Amino acid sequence: MATYKPVVVQAFPRLGERITQDTLYWRGYKTPVQIKEFGAVNKIDFSPVSPYNYAVTASSRIHIYGRYSQEPIKTFSRFKDAAYGATYRDDGNLLVAGSEEGSIRLFDISGRAPLRQFDGHAKPVHVVGFLSDKYRIFSGADDYSSNLWDIPSATEIVSYSEHNDYVRCGCASKVNADVFITGSYDHTVKLFDARRKSSVMTIEHGHPVESVLLFPSGGLLVSAGGRYVKVWDVLKGGQLLVSLKNHHKTVTCLCLNSSGQRLLSGSLDRHVKIYSTTSYKVVHSFSYATSILSLALSPEDETIVIGMTNGVLNVKHRKPEERKVKSQKKRQPTYRTYVKGRTYMPKQEDFCVSKPVKRVLRKYDKLLKSFQSSKALDAVLEPPIRLYSPEVTVAVMQELHRRGTLRSALAGRDEKQVNLLLTFVARRVIEPRFTSVLVTVADIITDIYQPVVGQSAIVDRQFLRLQEAIGKEIDYQEELLEVLGMMDALFATFTKKRPHVHLTKLDYTVFSLPASSPFQTSMKS
Amino acid sequence: MDGIPIKTFTVGSKLLALYALASFEDSVFVVIPKSGERDTFQLVSVKLTKAAGQDLEAKELSVVLDGVDASPKCIAFGREGEYVASVKEVNLQVYFFKRKQLNRFSVSAMKTKSGKNHFMCIACHPTEDCIATGHADGKIRLWRNFHHKKEYTFSTLHWHHDTVMDLAFSLQGSSLLSGGVESVIVLWRNESERQRDFLPRLGSAIEYISVSPDGTLCCTLHTDNRITIINSNLRFSRSIQGLIKSTNVKTGLVVDPRTKALVLNGEPGHLQFYCLQSDQQLFSLDIVQRQYIHQAGLNQTDLVKVAFSAQGEWLATVEEREEVTDPELQLKLWFYDEETQSFKLNTRISMPHEDHITDMCFRDIDEVEDESLILVTTGSDCVFKVWVMVEDTDPEAQQSVSWSCDFVGSYHNYQATNCCFSEDGSLLAVSFEETVTVWDSVTWDLKCTFCYSPGKIRNICFGRLTCSKYLIGATDHGFLCCWNLLTCALEWSAYLNVVVLQPDPLSEHIAAISWLSKDSSLFVFKPNEPRPIYIQRNFCKEKIQLAVFVPREEPETIGSAKYLWLRRSQLFFLTATQELITLSTKSLEERLTPSSKQLAVEESLPVTPFSLLLGKHRRHQSQEDIDLGKLVVRNKPEQDSPAVKELLHTPAHVLPSASFLCPVFINSLLISKENPSAEEVADEVEMESEKTEADSDEERDVTEMEQEDTSPVELLGEITCKLSKSQEKELRKLRKMDYSWISAF
Repeated sequence: MATYKPVVVQAFPRLGERITQDTLYWRGYKTPVQIKEFGAVNKIDFSPVSPYNYAVTASSRIHIYGRYSQEPIKTFSRFKDAAYGATYRDDGNLLVAGSEEGSIRLFDISGRAPLRQFDGHAKPVHVVGFLSDKYRIFSGADDYSSNLWDIPSATEIVSYSEHNDYVRCGCASKVNADVFITGSYDHTVKLFDARRKSSVMTIEHGHPVESVLLFPSGGLLVSAGGRYVKVWDVLKGGQLLVSLKNHHKTVTCLCLNSSGQRLLSGSLDRHVKIYSTTSYKVVHSFSYATSILSLALSPEDETIVIGMTNGVLNVKHRKPEERKVKSQKKRQPTYRTYVKGRTYMPKQEDFCVSKPVKRVLRKYDKLLKSFQSSKALDAVLEPPIRLYSPEVTVAVMQELHRRGTLRSALAGRDEKQVNLLLTFVARRVIEPRFTSVLVTVADIITDIYQPVVGQSAIVDRQFLRLQEAIGKEIDYQEELLEVLGMMDALFATFTKKRPHVHLTKLDYTVFSLPASSPFQTSMKS
Repeated sequence: MDGIPIKTFTVGSKLLALYALASFEDSVFVVIPKSGERDTFQLVSVKLTKAAGQDLEAKELSVVLDGVDASPKCIAFGREGEYVASVKEVNLQVYFFKRKQLNRFSVSAMKTKSGKNHFMCIACHPTEDCIATGHADGKIRLWRNFHHKKEYTFSTLHWHHDTVMDLAFSLQGSSLLSGGVESVIVLWRNESERQRDFLPRLGSAIEYISVSPDGTLCCTLHTDNRITIINSNLRFSRSIQGLIKSTNVKTGLVVDPRTKALVLNGEPGHLQFYCLQSDQQLFSLDIVQRQYIHQAGLNQTDLVKVAFSAQGEWLATVEEREEVTDPELQLKLWFYDEETQSFKLNTRISMPHEDHITDMCFRDIDEVEDESLILVTTGSDCVFKVWVMVEDTDPEAQQSVSWSCDFVGSYHNYQATNCCFSEDGSLLAVSFEETVTVWDSVTWDLKCTFCYSPGKIRNICFGRLTCSKYLIGATDHGFLCCWNLLTCALEWSAYLNVVVLQPDPLSEHIAAISWLSKDSSLFVFKPNEPRPIYIQRNFCKEKIQLAVFVPREEPETIGSAKYLWLRRSQLFFLTATQELITLSTKSLEERLTPSSKQLAVEESLPVTPFSLLLGKHRRHQSQEDIDLGKLVVRNKPEQDSPAVKELLHTPAHVLPSASFLCPVFINSLLISKENPSAEEVADEVEMESEKTEADSDEERDVTEMEQEDTSPVELLGEITCKLSKSQEKELRKLRKMDYSWISAF
């Protein structure tokens, strides 16, 4: 024997973006602050030590910004031409930058003039960085060479000329002080060991390499170039782990978040994609106004700074964690009341009387259970249900229709109730999820109350509103059909495979509405 | 109550209802068709003569009432058998046995909105002169004072909105039970309109209600082949059910790969899992999950299609509700939850197609059941759709996979009618009216089309194992065609009106059931040869609707080559009247023996002094065996057991006298002797005893009797007695009697 089954209220999935933990996390930033720089921002680097200032390299200047300042707190402008790739040392005291004229300059954060200048590259130096022992600098330049420099003596230690195109990106290992990698426009990424005279490993990326990144563990290498982001296992001798193709223009910059769980990539297609480093699937994405050149994330993901081609620096700060305000709840019965008698273990001679579990039914369910159709409809037309959960109202209407009692439930209502019903129908009938049911309801209402049309101004107005809403919807559907026809024609010209797939998806988003023919017949009033 | 008939009376005509009353000990009342007239029936009383013998002919018939209804619900006997009341259409007739008076009453045959007010059923009060009648319009009338032809009175109870199917008074008559299509049992107290109790939602329409003689229980019989037992305080107690009969088996017969149970429509909106071995319903899965309104003429949501994935991990169901404007369709995908041991709803797709779904199948690949699982549905809206599992990108999401549409295919805007995957899952065949299209299941490219006009395709299936290169199709113009997928040409075709085409999942064989001139015939064939390997013509008078191969638990050893195709699976059919039929390889006798063995349940035997004695005797024997230290091979240990068993299992009151049984019993004991020589002798004796039965050789008989005396007499103390000559003679005479009836038990 079955018990009464409550009315199933259909839950519809929300269209558009799914709400996941990631979207919630990455949405937790304030509206961005835009700062105008003099030229394209080619590098942003956060200071690894607290207050987490960041150096922005744009045009011939390096600006240091504080965490919340919109004006640079310091500027290094001793460059004749463009400066490139200003990078902090691990202790945050020194800053190194390459330049268009081929020299590398080392600055003290507190000073203004460069501490050292390394000359030796014949062409512009786009990438410089510190090795993890803090006393050496690596650099890559447009003369195809990548060099290693000694800071104290300001001399070149070794020069590798293995690339045969511009060297535009590089990265030092955090684990081994002798290892660094460079990526070049010759489509390769090379791994160098300072103790060896030649490169240790060459990885073929397949496109001009725009950015490289080593995981903190040093085992995985990420390279970006063309539309691809590729992840390589260095310990397995440079085996390709995964190739990601989520951008539709060249990927220009890469960045890991502070925990190392997410990888961010910025591209000329104006998007920043966030990948999970376990599944390598896109978990979130940001879109910006112009093409992105550089990107950096502060420790603890407090700030996202994006540099664009038009020289705009976009800074987003994380919203402070919302403290949940402890609301003064109603005084609940004490704990003792709840556990009273619950802990009693029945003795052997005790006779247990089991109480049947009482199921709580909603009001409309109770009425439906006792076949009181009109009252059930009244119950779901109460303001809280009608306004905030119209799906319940529609579900009950559908259930009444299934039982064949919808007509009798709708009939015999006074002016006020008819007005209420029509307001609801006129407002909700254009929602695709409710249309099929509410069309029937509208049909029955017009059928029942046709004889009394003209007796009440309020009801007449509602009828007109309903007609207007449906007319608009029909126009809209016609337009959509036209668009679909145009797209059909376009697809037909393609000889590409699987044109059906695209059509399907459209089909689903647009045409969840059934044909609206019943309206035209029923809406004569 | 042991299920053994005591006497059989032959009345000589079709018995439609039978009533036995305490006040008429020597006669019973039966409803028989009136001789010479069609559709008229009469109630007659049959005198049961007390003559000896098993089969008797009941000749003394006397007509009590004429023109009664054939249904047993329409006749009831009143208080202590004083009168009998019968209803038919709008007439009620009451016959008083003592006064031999017949009173007729009728209700005016008016047609109201709710229906006719015809009589449907009748019940008589057990202690008072009161008759309750149920009507087609849902009313119950209580008739009193019907001794008078004119001054009778009746009161009306009305709750049912549809026909009252059956009525029953409680033991004391204080309350009345009624039931009908609403599947609610109503308890009326003190015959008043106000005091009533309900037990709702009993599952399906109530056909019969009956109250147990002690009044503690009542039981209802439902239209879906089920009995519900209810306590007297209207508490549901238990239900007895086998294969639930549903109004229309739309889902087809499907085998659950996990439990090997037969899956088909059960209760409305439910899927029943029916165990073929134990004839039990394993469980009933609620698919629709909506309150079912038991009311005639409502468009209810019904389950129309079911498909299991190869391992039984996934279940896809389609439910449908007919509607004038557009049908309500839902495709549901269920995942088997190991923890709860039941199916859990994973994805619900509303309106998967714009019109009815005609067929549905999973891509069955046994080895890999992962993301590559694909579901295909075909619809009357001229498309077929491919549904795939998509993994959720969010690792914290509650369910990791869900289903979504991947591809929509169509062919010249023809309605898609059937779909089928090849055995390796690489090809999908979809039939569009007259054409069969074959699609690549990876790229969803149309590979080739087959057509055998005229006639629309009714069924398609791929060959299996060695015949996997063939595609079989049946058209509604009565052709069975086989196409070769390698050459893309027709291999053979046969003229056969195939209604069901069912491939065996474990072999190459395909069963085709044809419907020709009111007879169903079965043809089993392999696709690579056009000649069928097995033909069973006219095996069923009814139209076979569905068929399914159920894999056997272990391959059966089958002697005859004719039935070799049934080695690994068994074929089941469902007829239009929902009878489940199977083909058996065994002969009738072989099948009957286990059932008769089942009847004799040894464990439930009561311990009688006799059986104890027998046990002691057996133990004694075995001890002797051990003592002697030699392995005695008893080649006939069972030989004595049937006789003994029959002796023990037959109830005492039907047993013949002890003197009659004595020789049989003693004979049976004689055979089981320990030493080989004695055994030989026993054999001999037995052989000879058979002879003696025929020849009645006295000499031998005597020796045998002596033998009997010597060995078992010590054991059976009660029977130790020297047989006198006369007794011996008596025994001999008895022995000659035919007691083969014993073996019939």
